[in-house]
Amino acid sequence: MFGYYFNLAMLSLKRNKVLTALMVLTIALGIGTSMTTLTVMHVLSGDPIPQKSAQLFRVRMNVFPDDAFKRGDRVPDNLTRRDAEALLHDARGDRQAAMSAGSMVVMSAQGDPLNVEARYTNADFFPMFDVPLRYGHAWSRGDDAGHAHVAVISGSLNEQLFGGADSVGKALLVGDQSLRIIGVLGDWDMNPRFYDLSNGQFGDSEDVFVPLSTALDMKLPTSGQTWCWGNNGNAHDANAPCIWLQYWAQLDTPAKAVAYRQYLQNYIALQQKAGRFTHSGQLELQDVMQWLDAKGVVPSDVRLQMWLALGFLGICLINTVGLLLAKFLRRGSELGVRRALGASRRSIFLQCLIEAGMVGMVGGVFGLVLAGLGVLLVRHQPTDYAAYIHMDLRMLLATFVLALSSSLLAGLLPAWRAMQLSPAIAIKSN
Amino acid sequence: MHIRPILVALRKHKLATFLIAMEIALACAVLCNAVFIIANRLSAMNIVTGVDEASLGEIVVTGFEPKEASDLNARMIAGLAAIPGVESVHAVSSVPFGPQAGVAGVTLDHKHYGTVIDYYVGDSGTIKALGLELVAGAMPDADDYQAIPDKAWLPPSARVLVTRALADRLWPGESPLGKMFWTGPYQYRVIGVVANFMGAAANGGGRAEWSAFVPALPGGTLAGTYQIRANPQDLERVMTEARKTVATIAPDVVLDHENSQSIPVLRAAHFATDRAMAGMLIGVIAALLGVTALGIVGLASFWVAQRRKQIGIRRAIGATRGDILRYFQTENFLIVTFGIVIGMLLAFVLNAVLMKFYELPHLPLYYLPIGALALWGLGQLAVLGPALRAAAVPPVVATRSV
Repeated sequence: MFGYYFNLAMLSLKRNKVLTALMVLTIALGIGTSMTTLTVMHVLSGDPIPQKSAQLFRVRMNVFPDDAFKRGDRVPDNLTRRDAEALLHDARGDRQAAMSAGSMVVMSAQGDPLNVEARYTNADFFPMFDVPLRYGHAWSRGDDAGHAHVAVISGSLNEQLFGGADSVGKALLVGDQSLRIIGVLGDWDMNPRFYDLSNGQFGDSEDVFVPLSTALDMKLPTSGQTWCWGNNGNAHDANAPCIWLQYWAQLDTPAKAVAYRQYLQNYIALQQKAGRFTHSGQLELQDVMQWLDAKGVVPSDVRLQMWLALGFLGICLINTVGLLLAKFLRRGSELGVRRALGASRRSIFLQCLIEAGMVGMVGGVFGLVLAGLGVLLVRHQPTDYAAYIHMDLRMLLATFVLALSSSLLAGLLPAWRAMQLSPAIAIKSN
Repeated sequence: MHIRPILVALRKHKLATFLIAMEIALACAVLCNAVFIIANRLSAMNIVTGVDEASLGEIVVTGFEPKEASDLNARMIAGLAAIPGVESVHAVSSVPFGPQAGVAGVTLDHKHYGTVIDYYVGDSGTIKALGLELVAGAMPDADDYQAIPDKAWLPPSARVLVTRALADRLWPGESPLGKMFWTGPYQYRVIGVVANFMGAAANGGGRAEWSAFVPALPGGTLAGTYQIRANPQDLERVMTEARKTVATIAPDVVLDHENSQSIPVLRAAHFATDRAMAGMLIGVIAALLGVTALGIVGLASFWVAQRRKQIGIRRAIGATRGDILRYFQTENFLIVTFGIVIGMLLAFVLNAVLMKFYELPHLPLYYLPIGALALWGLGQLAVLGPALRAAAVPPVVATRSV
């Protein structure tokens, strides 16, 4: 029966080629633009570390002194060095790391100075974020405690400095000091760079990783937000009234997360008792997806474009409804004859829907081509996320689901009208 | 032209009429808002910096120790000034559209920091090279240019220039001349007001023009960023040479390629995403109007085909070709008008939603008549083809069966 309807639909679509082409074009345009913007949304709002995103938590506290505390303010993103070191010392999470972004000038093999992005952190950083290593190994907690002059460098910096060879054991010259390379990263594609969104949300990983304690000894420059209250000499001193360190904890089970939250509350209460402030403090413990959501990683322009494209798809669908209606009602006499010969309303309805679905599938194929072009266009836009936009299998399937469902939706009303035609009048009227 | 028969005929095609009208309504709502967003982006891109952009460029280097600052400044300023075509070189903290250098809150009472401004620091001659226009007060004297002490990022006290916008913000209705303001321990007295001087941030909105120029001597934190002035025709060549020359004057520092550009290039890069968004919106508008026109063509053709016999009868009993043509044109005009009325309401609803989620002002009323005219024009263009085909139907059709 479906085969028969399929043949009927083919005949009908062939009869009025211009109208058919118009419908296919309309659906293709709507699907193409919608899928382009949905792909961008899909990539940008995706989970950067799906295997662990529910176990990694960003720790934030508001432990400002009373004169800098305002109830209702957002809990600040970063911690003071004093609080970060206290939490690291307690080590109540399964793993934990404090970190800051920085930059340093290293010497290339040709003797040219290179300015590279750096991250100063703890040993736990690497296992916590599943950082892959091509050569060597990451540093240990003992290296953190011993202020070891070691560094892990990125694959691209290794390529630039050592031509991609195993550089473990070689020296990395930083100004007039040097660090011993103990590890080289493999391909680490972490986008958005969720662990620190303050220095560009998308982009390659940093080029040099150094223990935080060593970086502080070497007085390497940090970058990112540093916020101080009160006057002080160095913002990075152990007791400086400045927030500048990001803090992450890995908590493997929901029960541990609850216990950790309780621990942080106790910590804040202790600080209050010690006389740092009199307010009750604030606490925020968010997993990766909650954190990304709170920081609004998806640019507002992208959301706007998505709604615009969906609105456009709506207009295309209304257009298709109108054209299908015209097409079906024009065949009133043919449908009337079928009804007079005994076809039920249901079969007329089905026949019309199959015709609409076929238009949708063809429109989907062309829409996919347009969406491919659209993604190509997005990749050439001057945005920091452009290079990471790509279409995956799920979006490919979603394209056809969207095309088929929207064309069937568009076909419902015209098919309903077509099956309501009274056979006698339909035959006579022509 | 009688409208009544058209309305009666349309009542027979309620659904199709309604669909076309809805399509027009949605198109009207999206069209008005999309054009409005484009206009907003374009006006943000036309921001006035108040400086001679076409003559200015910036060279940024990093990777030197603070103790080398004075030596580096001397080498860089002498080396860059030696490039043929360079009119002047000055040590500055930043230039408009360059990297943000000094953004800080200012206070008048040491308690409330309600205003965040851009601090520009520059040596003597910077103001003249920028081409800033003084509207009140005086320029800093030679004595006003002081050295920045160790570990400070600004001179601790100075006589400064502020923009008109900042003066109006801090002391509305009063003369700003002689007034004091503070950022933490740093204190400044206003001696002059400039018309425009846009901050490096330039994100639009009010903050872009809240800036102050602080005079200082090169050295300390005032090192590594240089403002180059050259003849506009020579600027790009001078910048290319300057980027190359840095390697010979200061082989031990790192040139920031991205920011070492002429201001026109930095300006273009700054607004690149806005331009891309405007381009994308224009694309959507074009596709939208195209699809709407195709819908009208499709349905009008269907109606013409359906009414061939009736058209023939009308022609046989005396209607002219013009009558038939006008019938379809009027019919289209009525449907589009109906759509526009709903579309105007929708446009305001959409605008209200956009205002809630994005920084977008109210949709000005004059967008509505313009949108209406555009859609009426589109409707008439789209219906012209089918209407002409209808007018070409010969009266003899009336005498044929089927």
